[in-house]
Amino acid sequence: MREFTYLRANSVADVPAGATIIAGGTNLLDLMKLEVMAPDALVDITRLDLNRIEPHEGGLRIGALVRNSDLAADPVVRRDYPVLSRALLAGASGQLRNMATTGGNLMQRTRCPYFYDRRMACNKRDPGTGCAAQGGVTRHHAILGASDRCIATYPGDMAVALLALDAVVQIDGPAPREVPLADFHLLPGETPHVETVLKPGEVITGVTLPAPVGGEQRYRKVRDRASYAFALVSIAAVIRMEQGQISHAALAFGGVAAKPWRDGDAEAVLLGREPSDALFAQAADILLKPARAFGDHAFKIPLLRRTLMATLRDATGLEATA
Amino acid sequence: MQIRLHVNGDAHDLDLDPRTSLLDALRHHLGLTGTKKGCDHGQCGACTVLMDGRRINACLTLACMADDVQITTIEGLGTPDRLSPLQQQFLDHDGFQCGYCTPGQICSATGMLEEIAAGWPSHVSDNLEGPFAPSHAEIAERMSGNLCRCAAYTHIVAAIQQAAMAGSQREDAA
Ligand SMILES: Cc1cc2nc3c(=O)[nH]c(=O)nc-3n(C[C@H](O)[C@H](O)[C@H](O)COP(=O)(O)OP(=O)(O)OC[C@H]3O[C@@H](n4cnc5c(N)ncnc54)[C@H](O)[C@@H]3O)c2cc1C
Ligand code: SF4
Ligand code: FES
Ligand code: FES
Repeated sequence: MREFTYLRANSVADVPAGATIIAGGTNLLDLMKLEVMAPDALVDITRLDLNRIEPHEGGLRIGALVRNSDLAADPVVRRDYPVLSRALLAGASGQLRNMATTGGNLMQRTRCPYFYDRRMACNKRDPGTGCAAQGGVTRHHAILGASDRCIATYPGDMAVALLALDAVVQIDGPAPREVPLADFHLLPGETPHVETVLKPGEVITGVTLPAPVGGEQRYRKVRDRASYAFALVSIAAVIRMEQGQISHAALAFGGVAAKPWRDGDAEAVLLGREPSDALFAQAADILLKPARAFGDHAFKIPLLRRTLMATLRDATGLEATA
Repeated sequence: MQIRLHVNGDAHDLDLDPRTSLLDALRHHLGLTGTKKGCDHGQCGACTVLMDGRRINACLTLACMADDVQITTIEGLGTPDRLSPLQQQFLDHDGFQCGYCTPGQICSATGMLEEIAAGWPSHVSDNLEGPFAPSHAEIAERMSGNLCRCAAYTHIVAAIQQAAMAGSQREDAA
C-alpha cells in the first residue's frame, strides 16, 4: 500500500476536495492494498452525523453512514421497503455488512478481475491502456450499455433495489444537490474511469426514498455460490396488482451493466395487463433487445430472460405454465 | 501516528503508520496472534473480531479508525480454564481440524448469535419479521463470511447450534 496522510473530518465542510473519502473501508482498502487505488490523502468521514434512518416527506431518509446491516434490519425498511432489506441481505457477508455504509456501497467499484490486476490493460484503472477483459474471462461482465472501451459491471445489490424504489441521492459540497439514483452512475462510453456524477469535494450525505408503494417486492439474485458471491444477474421487482391487472411495475437489474439497469418500456408494456407468460416474454424482449455479449458471458442473456420470467411469475402469483 | 486502541478491556497507546490494518496492529504490535490472517482482503473471515460487540473483518479496517471503540478478540472471549460457551462447543463437537479459521469462526459466531437474538433477518429467512431460529440453513447462511479450508463445516454448524440452544435455555431459566 502506498503512503497516505490520514485526516478525520468533523463536518462535511472539513472534507478537502483532493482527499479520498473512507467510510467502511471494505472496498477502498481492498483496492489500496493492491495499489489499484493509491490516494495521497484519506479523509475519514465515519464521525460525521450521517448515520440515521428517519422519516422524510412521507418516505425515508437514509444517512450515508448507515451500515448495511442496520439498514437491512431496520423495522420500517423491513415493513415498507422489503426489497431493500432483501437486496442488502443477499450481498457480501455478515461481517462486511456491519462495516459497509450506504454511501460506500453506492460508490463501490467493479469486480472486473482485470481491473484488479495491475499487470493487465484496463481503461478504467489506467485510461487509454485498453481493455484486457475483451477476449478474456467475462463471466461477470456487461450485456447492456457497455462500450468498446469497457464492459465492466457495477457489482452491488443495494443500489439495484434502491433504483426500483426510485431513490434519490443527496450530495453535499460547494453546491449541494440531489440526483435521482437512475442518473447517478454513468455508462462507460469513452470514459470508463468516470463512474458516477460525483465530483471531487462532493460527499454523499444520504439517500431518500419516496412514500412506500407497497405491492409485492422481490429481490432475486443468481450467483455461482448460494451465498457470499457477486451477482451474475439480479432483479429487484416491485409489482402491484389491481383487479387482476398489473398497476405498478418497477424492475431494476444488477450484474448486467455499469449501472443498475432499468427499462421504462419493459415496465410500461406490463401496465394495465393481466399477467401471462406471453406478456412477460414481451417485457423480456424489450429489455434484451439492445443486449450484446462480448465473449463467454453470452449465457447471461437467456439467464436474465429466465430470471425475469420467474420473478414476474412469482410476484404476480402466476403459476409457471411452461 | 499516535493512536489508542481498546482491546479486551485494556487501553494500549501505539505509534503506528496510518497504513496499519487493525489486524496487523493486533498481531504485530500487541502480540495478540489469536486473530488470523487468511486472505487480507475481506474474503475469508479468519480475521474476524468484535467491534463494540459487532463482528467485522480486522483486515479491512485501519487501526487509526478504530481508536474509540472496544475491540474484542478471541483472547478476550475466554481463557483456557474459562472457555466461552462457543469455545466449549467447538471443543465438544470437533469444530475444527487445523484450527486456523477457528478464532474467526468463534468471534463471528459470537456476533452472529447476538444478531439472531436482536431479531435480524438473513437471506434465507422466509419472512423478514422474525423471530429466527438457529436452524442449519440460517447458521450456514449467516456464517458464509467464514471459510474453512479443512471443510469442518458440519461440526462448526453443530457446535454453533448447540451453543445457541444452550444460550436460549439459559435465558428461559433466568
Ligand atoms: C469479499 C467481499 C464480498 C462482497 N460481496 C458483495 C455483494 O455480494 N454485494 C454487494 O453489493 N457488495 C459486496 N461487497 C462490496 C461491499 O458491499 C462494499 O465494499 C461496501 O458496500 C463499500 O462500502 P464502504 O463503506 O466499506 O466503502 P469504502 O470502502 O469506505 O468506500 C468505497 C468508495 O466509496 C467512496 N465513498 C464512501 N463513502 C462516501 C460518501 N459518503 N460520499 C462519497 N464517496 C464515498 C470512497 O471514497 C471509495 O471510493 C463485497 C465486498 C467484499 C470485500
Ligand atoms: S472491462 Fe473495464 S474494468 Fe475490466 S479490464 Fe476492461 S476496461 Fe478495465
Ligand atoms: S484475513 Fe480478513 S477476511 Fe481474510
Ligand atoms: S479448521 Fe482448518 S481452516 Fe478451518
